[in-house]
Amino acid sequence: MSKPVAVSDSDFDQIVLQSKTPVLVDFWAAWCGPCRMVAPVVEELAGEYAGKITMAKLNVDENPKTASQYGIMSIPTLLIFKKGAPVSNIVGFRPKAELKKTIDAVL
Amino acid sequence: MSAKREYEVVIIGGGPAGLTAGIYAARARLKSLLVEKGAAGGWIINAGVVENYPGFPDGVNGLELADAMQRQAVKFGLEMLTAEVNGIGLKGEQKILKTSEGDITARAVIVAGGSDRVKLGVPGEEEFTGRGVAYCAVCDGYFYRDVPVAVVGGGNAAMNEALELTKFASRVYVIHRRGELRATKILQERAFADKKIEFLWETVVEAIEGQDKVKRLRLKNVKTGKKSSLDISGVFVAVGFRPNTGYLKNMVALEDNGTIITNEKMETNVPGILAAGDIRSSSIRQVAAAVGDGAVAAVYAERYLAGK
Repeated sequence: MSKPVAVSDSDFDQIVLQSKTPVLVDFWAAWCGPCRMVAPVVEELAGEYAGKITMAKLNVDENPKTASQYGIMSIPTLLIFKKGAPVSNIVGFRPKAELKKTIDAVL
Repeated sequence: MSAKREYEVVIIGGGPAGLTAGIYAARARLKSLLVEKGAAGGWIINAGVVENYPGFPDGVNGLELADAMQRQAVKFGLEMLTAEVNGIGLKGEQKILKTSEGDITARAVIVAGGSDRVKLGVPGEEEFTGRGVAYCAVCDGYFYRDVPVAVVGGGNAAMNEALELTKFASRVYVIHRRGELRATKILQERAFADKKIEFLWETVVEAIEGQDKVKRLRLKNVKTGKKSSLDISGVFVAVGFRPNTGYLKNMVALEDNGTIITNEKMETNVPGILAAGDIRSSSIRQVAAAVGDGAVAAVYAERYLAGK
């Protein structure tokens, strides 16, 4: 099982923007309840989409630079990056089936 | 995925009502499953601190309370499944749940799927969701440091949002279509005493405007008809809740507002389908009430099963 990788302000460029495969970044924080609804779904998707898309998590409290760079004003937000640019933006909790549709559409 | 998934009780929804039903069903040694689309906890995970649940004189964090309830239920043998329920069918007395993870068969079902926030339904709301339009102050207050924000609504949810936002925002405008609040008195007292909070009474939002991000609200006074504009960086919508019963329309009797009609045993009009918590007609949307509903529903589900 492949697991989501924790990314930070310092390695965001290397892990997300330079990635050859698309990367879904889960912007979250410890105080955010709905983020905890999203986390297990992202974890399951990490297994199901292993090799096709990388699942990453970014703690907005510890990494405010990246969060503000992408204009994050609501969490959870999921951004899908392809070739260094965000191509899809999902705000709030969505059921797994809906997330899969969104991911499949950008792959 | 296992081929045969049959349970005596399946509970839909992992909030306080569903988890309490799970504790009681598991302790009754019923083969029980709880289906939840995300993580357990229900609305209290958005609430920050829960102050009115007995046994916690200093309040209890909603996330921690949800966690504790879940651990308690699982300890007694409740199974948990992450899936979304899309429909319930009947095959004789059996209930077939159509879920995103396949069909599940139950002899009794407890519907405890709670409710979701209602949207305002004004221009700009969809466009700026996540760009200044928000629905959870505990989650997103952090992003509105030292800027003015608005809260729309006049109930408990709205006052909780407004009070939470005073920790971050420079000013909090509460926009309410009526001339008085519906919120619990203690929340009203706190809101009225807070110097950061300003009330705009008998006022509705007609549009949310901005560029890239939210910049202002277009307002209208419902009494005078006078229109105005308010510069803010964020707007938190707390105008009400809608029960998650879309998939039950042709299955159980619902009120016009979509809540499930039950008797005092939490039974719906369909034998073996019960309901508990915020999803139920005349619910007061409180953790204490949801917990009571869940216990009642589980006990009467057990009696229903024993009577067959």
